[in-house]
Amino acid sequence: MSAVENAGQKGNVAVLDLAESDLRTVNSALQANNSSKASGYFQVVNSRGAHAVACGLDAPLDVEILGHAGYFCAGMNKSARVVVKGNVGTGVAENMMSGEVIVRGDASQSAGATAHGGLLVIEGNASARCGISLKGGEIVVKGNVGHMSMFMAQSGALAVLGDAGDALGDSLYEARIYVRGKVSGLGADCIEKEMRDEHRTQLRDLLDRAGCDDVDVSEFKRYGSARELYNFKADNISVY
Amino acid sequence: MSNMSMKGTAGDHQADEQEWGLRESYSFDRATIADIRRAARTGLYRIRGFGAKRVLPCFDDLVFLGASVSRYPLEGYREKCDTSVVLGSRFAKKPIELKIPITIAGMSFGSLSANAKEALGRGASEMGTSTTTGDGGMTEEERGHSKTLIYQYLPSRYGMNPDDLRRADAIEVVVGQGAKPGGGGMLLGQKITERVAEMRDLPMGIDQRSACRHPDWTGPDDLALKILELREITAWEKPIYVKCGAARPYYDTLLAIKAGADVVVVDGMQGGTAATQDVFIEHVGIPTLAAVKESVAALKEVDMHRKVQLVVGGGIRSGADAAKALAMGADAVSIGTAALIALGDNDPKYDSDFKNLGTRAGFWDDYQDGTDPAGITTQDPELSARLDPEVAGRRLANYLRVLTLEVQTLARANGKSHVHNLEPEDLRALTVEAAAMAGVPLAGTSWVPGQGD
Repeated sequence: MSAVENAGQKGNVAVLDLAESDLRTVNSALQANNSSKASGYFQVVNSRGAHAVACGLDAPLDVEILGHAGYFCAGMNKSARVVVKGNVGTGVAENMMSGEVIVRGDASQSAGATAHGGLLVIEGNASARCGISLKGGEIVVKGNVGHMSMFMAQSGALAVLGDAGDALGDSLYEARIYVRGKVSGLGADCIEKEMRDEHRTQLRDLLDRAGCDDVDVSEFKRYGSARELYNFKADNISVY
Repeated sequence: MSNMSMKGTAGDHQADEQEWGLRESYSFDRATIADIRRAARTGLYRIRGFGAKRVLPCFDDLVFLGASVSRYPLEGYREKCDTSVVLGSRFAKKPIELKIPITIAGMSFGSLSANAKEALGRGASEMGTSTTTGDGGMTEEERGHSKTLIYQYLPSRYGMNPDDLRRADAIEVVVGQGAKPGGGGMLLGQKITERVAEMRDLPMGIDQRSACRHPDWTGPDDLALKILELREITAWEKPIYVKCGAARPYYDTLLAIKAGADVVVVDGMQGGTAATQDVFIEHVGIPTLAAVKESVAALKEVDMHRKVQLVVGGGIRSGADAAKALAMGADAVSIGTAALIALGDNDPKYDSDFKNLGTRAGFWDDYQDGTDPAGITTQDPELSARLDPEVAGRRLANYLRVLTLEVQTLARANGKSHVHNLEPEDLRALTVEAAAMAGVPLAGTSWVPGQGD
């Protein structure tokens, strides 16, 4: 029996039950829309920390995961809107290309790692290395982020409503970081930069899309690359 | 004063003694002195391409026994000697089928020109084998010209996207490479052109460093989950390779198998690079010869030999090297540096250009520099245009043809109707070191150092 056949129909909602179906069955039911790029509304129930749930989607689906998810939830997402009503493990929305991933709880390490596009919203806290090697994606964390967040991030943006841990933005390239709270420390080549109109506009838009329209952009500081480490210099050895 | 008039004088004897008595220090030879002088002048370590240049125990230290009274050979050109290989039969719905047991190793667009990538695809496809992307994503040139293309999944994730994953024929999760187990990638500013910068999402002209660790997993337990994710994204169709530099190949192979790999790729320290610190190339990792034995031992330990396939790279130059790796238990070999040389790397016809760069054809290793006179390891449009991808592709196909014929010749001599029937029993070692590393007896003895007493 396929997961869709198995799925109890709640109105237009297809329910995929990970207690009844295995991961491959559930993911292939979601990925079946990839070829047609059709829209649809799915609920994944009994996720119970399963790994790689709802990864590899490529259609404008609405997917709700009711419960916690493990590693690589919504990995490499394209177009879909995935909402996790729980916490997520390492690498949520890793390498996302487009679409939206919203986590109602907390996220473990490397949230949004290498995301090339799309919006990742974490309503709780994100652990270490949030936005590592970011390549154009956007991340909003309503709580705090752990150490080494945005390590080697290349482009895109991270907005943190809470505090940031040690070594924020270490070895940063052209990505932008906005933090409202306290920053424990900046990583190599990361410096505080002036908030200009273009940054306020970008942050306002990002916060609005993350449902934070009541948050004032003037409370944020901006951090970016000093661009001192872009080319090898013997004199830079001491900063590592 | 003529030379004749000086002949036989006492003064001339002294001159001879002086000249003949010049003794270069082993510890401080001219290359070492030059290294120290260069370091003192620049304050920077040397970054270069190519693989380890030092003398290492290698496949040259092994010989095949051939046929004898107790083993009969097969007739060349008459009796079949199969060279086909299936990679990824463990879990993948669509395993890779190759006509020859020699594959092309991962080399990036960025480190190589688009023409060079196309030539590799053309040559490999003509011979029914695979090419591999590198750190920098998949280009249309290589996808278009590679019948079988392995897509590398690297720490940098430059250009990584699910569409390319799905249009690849297999996925290679790169943990490390032989030239630098534990090191990340490097692409110096002179090679970061607009196209390369765009593919990697970095500013033009910066010295770009690729991460040495994956951003979202560390260790064998995470690797299992990463492999699961990649399989879920690609509907369990694609073989998943795990490539490691030869650090602890016995354990790395066991862990890759446990994590769910279809294929393990082990790259010995002779493996090449486009840009790495010289100290890394020469001093980290173990020789390919030792790595093959360890990996095969691991596969056999868990009864996975031939079920999880083993691809071995690192300094493979000839059919003899390939055949010896296969006899030790590899399912296929991969070539990188040798493939570039087949395309035209270090071509003597550009010797005057090499001289202008302060080097010579046959010595040139500044792949990081972007100034390759042969147009291979460069992004310079004029230099790139020197490499005709069709001509270079044919040269690579010819070279692969010779390697295959050589492997078949050796297999037939040992009476094997498939190259995978070659076995350690067909080999003997010429040195004690090679006997110990390869786990085959020293020729003329039944002694395998390190095994039993």
